[in-house]
Amino acid sequence: MDCATLMLWCLLIPAGGALLIAASSQLPNLREGMTLLTAASLLATVVALLRHPQALQTPALILTTPFGGLQFELRAEPLGLLFATIASLLWLITAVYTIGYMRANHESHQTRLYVCFALAISSTLGIALAGNLPTLFLFYELLTLSTYPLVTHKGDHDAVSGGRYYLGILISSSMGLLLPAIIWTNQLAGTSRFVAGGILPADLGGVSLVLLLLLYAFGIGKAALVPLHRWLPEAMVAPTPVSALLHAVAVVKAGVFCLVKVLLYVFGPQLLRDSAAQQLLLALAAGTILYASLKALQQDNLKRRLAYSTVSQLSYVILAAALLSPASIRAAALHIAAHAAGKISLFFAAGAIYTAAHKSRVSELDGLGRRMPLTFAAFAIASLSMIGLPPAAGFVSKWYLLQGVAGQQLWWLAAVLLASSLLNAAYFVPIVHRAFWRPETKPPHQPHGEAPWPMTLALSLTASLCLLLFFWPNLPLELANLLPGVTP
Amino acid sequence: MNLLPLLPVLLPLLCAPLCLLVRGATTVWALTCACTLACFASSLLLAQSLWHGGAALPYALGNWPAPWGIVYHIDALAVLLLLIVTGIAAVTLPYARRSVAQEIQPRDIPLFYALLLICLTGLLGIVSTGDAFNLYVFLELSSLSSYALIGLGQRRRALTAAFQYLVMGTIGATFILIGIGLLYSQTGTLNIADLAGRIAAIPEAAYGHRTLITAFAFLTVGISLKLALFPLHLWLPNAYSYAPSVVTVFLAATATKVAVYMLLRVCFSVLGNRFVFEQLTLGKILLLPSLAGIVIASLVAIFQYDIKRMLAYSSVAQIGYMTLGISLNSEAALTASIVHLFNHALMKGALFMVMGAVMYRAGSVYLNDFRGLGQRMPWTMAAFVLGGLSLIGVPGTAGFVSKWLLVQAALQHRWWPVVLVILLGSLLAVIYIWRVVETAYFNPLHEIEHGTAEAPPSLLVPLWLLVGANLYFGFDAAWPLQLAQQAATVLRGGL
Repeated sequence: MDCATLMLWCLLIPAGGALLIAASSQLPNLREGMTLLTAASLLATVVALLRHPQALQTPALILTTPFGGLQFELRAEPLGLLFATIASLLWLITAVYTIGYMRANHESHQTRLYVCFALAISSTLGIALAGNLPTLFLFYELLTLSTYPLVTHKGDHDAVSGGRYYLGILISSSMGLLLPAIIWTNQLAGTSRFVAGGILPADLGGVSLVLLLLLYAFGIGKAALVPLHRWLPEAMVAPTPVSALLHAVAVVKAGVFCLVKVLLYVFGPQLLRDSAAQQLLLALAAGTILYASLKALQQDNLKRRLAYSTVSQLSYVILAAALLSPASIRAAALHIAAHAAGKISLFFAAGAIYTAAHKSRVSELDGLGRRMPLTFAAFAIASLSMIGLPPAAGFVSKWYLLQGVAGQQLWWLAAVLLASSLLNAAYFVPIVHRAFWRPETKPPHQPHGEAPWPMTLALSLTASLCLLLFFWPNLPLELANLLPGVTP
Repeated sequence: MNLLPLLPVLLPLLCAPLCLLVRGATTVWALTCACTLACFASSLLLAQSLWHGGAALPYALGNWPAPWGIVYHIDALAVLLLLIVTGIAAVTLPYARRSVAQEIQPRDIPLFYALLLICLTGLLGIVSTGDAFNLYVFLELSSLSSYALIGLGQRRRALTAAFQYLVMGTIGATFILIGIGLLYSQTGTLNIADLAGRIAAIPEAAYGHRTLITAFAFLTVGISLKLALFPLHLWLPNAYSYAPSVVTVFLAATATKVAVYMLLRVCFSVLGNRFVFEQLTLGKILLLPSLAGIVIASLVAIFQYDIKRMLAYSSVAQIGYMTLGISLNSEAALTASIVHLFNHALMKGALFMVMGAVMYRAGSVYLNDFRGLGQRMPWTMAAFVLGGLSLIGVPGTAGFVSKWLLVQAALQHRWWPVVLVILLGSLLAVIYIWRVVETAYFNPLHEIEHGTAEAPPSLLVPLWLLVGANLYFGFDAAWPLQLAQQAATVLRGGL
């Protein structure tokens, strides 16, 4: 199969899977089978695309042209392939986990959840493979809309109000800031296609540059820069598998992915290097890292703590990309992968704890590690990755990031990173400590062990992925080495 | 001589009296249905011959040549409007049977269809004619019939709404008549092409001709009343909310569009682009009401509990987008405005059809009536969501194409405040649309109110046709855009 067909299948398989899932709503086993089958075939397609020798040389696949000057097209490039691989791999693992979670917790409207999940993945793949800004925008909005029913899944007051934040912030930032930014770019550059090294004219004035960069940075609300981060903790009302895949991987990663892509393929490293716009973005990202870490420290609800940790980790990616040195761009790509594996393990663990022990607060976790050793081992590994310690994936990306910072001798950024690592340790280590070393305050009503096996299997897989990426970081690195700004 | 340019106007005019003769709800409905379909078909044929021929299609009534006789003149803009009006009519009529049977007294049904056809005649006549006085005649034809149509609404307040519209509409029509009279006094002709030529030839026209300015003032204010330009919109929310559902669908999707057409014709084809913008600063005159309309009407929409009324206010805001495009005085903006005219007919048609379907099942369209409809009427509410997304301007819908073109046109001149208002309108639309969506999907149905089921297929199929059009024209806007571009070029170049 040629590359263009493969790209099209990447979008069609999850979308068609959604139809099959909806059609088999009466037979839960068949429906779950469909989900697994769709996820597995999507992963196979993405891997085929990844290994395709001509994947990066193929010309854009034009989906449709609403009118001259506006085109929807797909195109594979290294960062997009990396993102597509992560999303489809983790979807398969999450599908296993979701089945365990939904059945154990007797959730309602399961079909709707699986359908929206598949549609969200289809949109995510669309974002990953978008060939120009309008396509990116199209799938970005579709992702917001298809995840809204997931966030509000419970349908109670909290869910509706969380959904309001989610939709309100994401739609208003994208329609109000991202859309004009795209149209403006289209006018300045005469094209909106992603070109390695940027499309904006080199003589763009300083004020316009700052304004445009701010429009993108805040327009892409999914990247959760402060003060547009509020939707993320609010969206934690969703069932845990949704939080895991969408709010640790697909949605937030789509946000930082879009921003990195815009930095590398619209602005281009040349234009931004040493500009006021770059300094501003660095400051924003650094501020977000510190602020969110401090907020995370105050949260007692485990999922909310993870949410704030996500906000801060996303800004690592933005910071790394904004530094624009070869090492730091590698760090950005690696951290997208590392954080995805780590954060999904943490969320899986939180969901497993909720399912097995019905506990959602950090203060309730005393002694739980002895009842659920696998879960908390996975949690510990993922925490190491978040803090940036070996032998976990987060260490590799932080290593490259520090190289980038040291290369440009931005010592204040090094200080920010150090402080943030300490803060990360301060809000993750106590959890692990409580679970393993503190005695249980009172015994549970019913003695329990680990969560159902699909959930434990899934979280063990993602935790091993954290370790694998430390020992073999080559796959993401090879793709990262092809990015503009890395290759001379 | 080819009769085709006359057909869309002639057919409903001939069918209307037949409706009164036939009497018998189903027969009358079938006759009207066939008539609107024939109108739509002839409009399509007209579009096709214009597409191939390129130039405008003239038709001289009674074979009297141009300056003396009345001429019909179909150019790109007229074809686009013909397609909108006849297309909406052709979709609305199949929808009308069930809805009208429920909302209108049986003895009034033949009258209703006759009035609808007369209204259609008037709207199509305004679009087709090349004669200024003829335009006024058709305007009155459509207006008078629409007052009566609105008055047929179920609730007694429909009568006051119709009366309010009658008063405002008559003032508007009178202003238009005075304006046309003043133009006639200066030029001695009523043929639009001829008028344009003679006005251009008046030597004083270049530096402010008092009578012309007065005529322009009367015409603009009169037409603005008809098109419900903020703050002359006060008749519209009442008229739309109390009229029968079918009438609201039809008028919301066509009547204001035809009024915008009149504004375009008078400003560009009669008075000329340079005259209205350089002498009379039409740009500034329209700009402020448009911007204010977008913001204020959207804000008011957020606080409405009658959802039909909410959509009516949203229409006022959307009209602001159209006049905004005119006021920016560039070809790109005018094109955007004409494209939005087309797209808005599609989205508001679909949304008001949802209102009709809810009215059919629940009996009224207050916000409370939408509780639980997400489960009870899944197809209807899904159509509402998609229509609403188009109104917001989410990519993949027709609304996105309008927003893109408008923002692009405003950015060309670096008019950031205008861009800001356009996008603010979108964000406000999110709020008022989502209020309904949340109620429909997250609030449980009252236990006592059972029996609400999905709307019948005869309501759903036309509704989804319009929703499908909203999606289709979001992915392939080539031909409305091309017609709009052609129209904008002709308008700005003068006739």
